[in-house]
Amino acid sequence: MTDFLERRAIISGIGQSKIGRRLGRSAVDLTVEAGLAAIADAGLTRDDIDGLATYPGGGMGGEAFAGPTSPEVQDAMRLKLNWHDGGGEGPGQIRAVFAACLAVAAGLARHVLVYRTVTESTAQGSGGRQGIGGAVSGGGRIPRFSGSFQWMLPFGAVSAANWLALVATRRMHEFGLRRDQLAWIALNGRANAARNPIAVYRDPMTLDDYMAVRMVTTPLCLYDCDAPCDGSTAVVVSHADYAPDAPNPACHVNAIGTALRGRPSWDQFDDMTTMAARDAAASMWKRTDLRPADVDTAQLYDGFSIITMVWLEELGFCGKGESGAFVDGGRSIALDGPLALNTSGGQLSAGRLHGFGLLHEACVQLRGQGGERQIPRQPEVAVVANGGGPIAGSMLLTRGAG
Amino acid sequence: MSEAASASDPETTTGTALGRGPAIRVLPRLDGANRFFWTSGAQGVLRFLRCERCRRYVHPPAPLCPYCEDGQGRLEPEAVSGRGRLHSFTVNYQQWIPDDGPYVVGLVTIDEQDDVRLMTNIVDCAAAELEAEMPVEVTFEQHEDVWLPLFRPAGGRAGAAAGEPAGGSR
Ligand SMILES: [Zn+2]
Repeated sequence: MTDFLERRAIISGIGQSKIGRRLGRSAVDLTVEAGLAAIADAGLTRDDIDGLATYPGGGMGGEAFAGPTSPEVQDAMRLKLNWHDGGGEGPGQIRAVFAACLAVAAGLARHVLVYRTVTESTAQGSGGRQGIGGAVSGGGRIPRFSGSFQWMLPFGAVSAANWLALVATRRMHEFGLRRDQLAWIALNGRANAARNPIAVYRDPMTLDDYMAVRMVTTPLCLYDCDAPCDGSTAVVVSHADYAPDAPNPACHVNAIGTALRGRPSWDQFDDMTTMAARDAAASMWKRTDLRPADVDTAQLYDGFSIITMVWLEELGFCGKGESGAFVDGGRSIALDGPLALNTSGGQLSAGRLHGFGLLHEACVQLRGQGGERQIPRQPEVAVVANGGGPIAGSMLLTRGAG
Repeated sequence: MSEAASASDPETTTGTALGRGPAIRVLPRLDGANRFFWTSGAQGVLRFLRCERCRRYVHPPAPLCPYCEDGQGRLEPEAVSGRGRLHSFTVNYQQWIPDDGPYVVGLVTIDEQDDVRLMTNIVDCAAAELEAEMPVEVTFEQHEDVWLPLFRPAGGRAGAAAGEPAGGSR
C-alpha cells in the first residue's frame, strides 16, 4: 500500500480547559489551560512544542466562535515554533489536526499543539442564539452581503440550522426518515452525558420530551441543535516515533478523509441528502485497509443531529437512507452496542466544542480512560468526523500502530 | 413519503399563520456580476446566466462558462419560465429577530435545469400543504433596489391570493 504520510503521526497528548455555560473567561485563558494540560499529558514541556495549529482563529465568524489567533496563543505560551498554521477553510474543523499530521510527517515540526476554543455561551449571554448577519434588528443601517450569503440571508435562512433542516426534510422525502428515529441521536447523547461529569446537559431525556420540545426550524427541534458552551480542547500531534516514550497510550492516525468533489455550496451541492460527508468518507476509506466493520466507536459531528445520520451512512455503518432504521431504539449506537456513538454526550449534550470534543473523546476511549463512560469492550479503532453540509473531514485512529 | 415530513410534526399542521419571510430582509450588495439577477423582477421575470455555446444555465453568476472545456463559453442573462419544483423546505420558528413569526424557507429547482437551485421563501401556501417536489412559480417582492424572487404553489392553488401587491408588505 502507498505510504500514506498521515500514518507517521500520533496523538500523544490531550487536554481540556474547564467547560461550561457562561464561564466569563477569555478565549486565550481557556486555550492556555487546555494547552498546558495537553502538553503535560503528552509527557512534554513547552520547550518541546515546535508547532502550533488551530481552526479557525483570525476572527472568522466573530471572536467567540473563532477562538484566539495562533500568534496570540504562541505569545501567551512563549512558544518557539518551527511550523504554525491557522484557518477556517478546509475539510472541517479537524483540518488543523490534518495539517499538523502532515507537518510532523514532513519533518517541519515534531510536536504540534492543536487547539479549538469557543466562548459562544458567554458571548450569547442571556439572549438567544444568533443568525449570521447578527443583530440586524439592533437599529441603524442593515449591512448588505456579497458572496454566498447573499443567496440565503435575504430569505431568513440565517443559520446552519435552516440549511441543515433542508437536508433533513429532503431525507424525509427520499428515505421516509421520521422524527422519532432522528430523536435517537439526541437521546443517545443524553444517556451518555449522564456518565460524563463535565457534560453541559445531564438530565434524563425521553422520546416524549424530544417530541414535545419546541421547533427551531422543521423538522429540527431544540434537542436536534447542539448546546453552545465555553471551553477549549487541545491535542498534541507528534511524530509516531515518539509513541514508545509517551506516558499515555498513543492514538495512531490511520487515515484522513479530505475530499470535496461536489459543488462547495449549501444550495447547489448535487446530493442534498449527503453533501460533503460523502466525499470525505470515501476518500478516507481509500487510504486504509480498515473497513467500517473494524470500527468500535464513532465520534461523529452532531452540531445538528441530522449531520450524524448522514455520517453514519456515508461512513458505511448502514446503507444509504437506512440511518433512521439503524438508530431507531438506540441499541446499535449505545455505549455497549456494536457502534458506540458520541460517548461523551456529543455536542448535543456535552457541549458544542466544535468537533474537537469528539476528537478528544475518541482518544479517551482508545486509551481506556473513559471512567464511568468507558466502552465495556476496549475499542481498538475509532472514527472521528467533523463538519456538515459542504464542509467535512474524517479521521481513523487506532490504539497501537494498526 | 413526503407526508412523513409534515404529518410527524404537529406544529406544521396546526395552520399557524406564516409570514412571507423574515420581518427584516437582509439584502444583497449589488455589483456588476449579480445586478441583473436581483433586479430582474422589475420586468417580472427570473433570469439566469446561460452559456451561448453549450446552452447550460450557470448559477451563481460566474465569469465564464465552467462547463465548456476551453473556458471560452460566453455567459449572458436569459429569462426562464419562473417555474420550478420544491426540492426541500423548512418552517423556521426560531426568532432570529425578536418577535418574528414563522416563515417557510424553500429550496427550489428550476424547471429548465435540475442542478440550478434557489433558496427562497415559499408564500401563499399553508404549512400543511408543503410537499417536496410540489410545482411552484416565482413571484417578486421589491425591497429598495432589489427584487427578491419568492415562490408560491404553481397554478393558483387555493390560498394563492391573486393580485397580492408586490413589494415589501412587512
Ligand atoms: Zn458552456
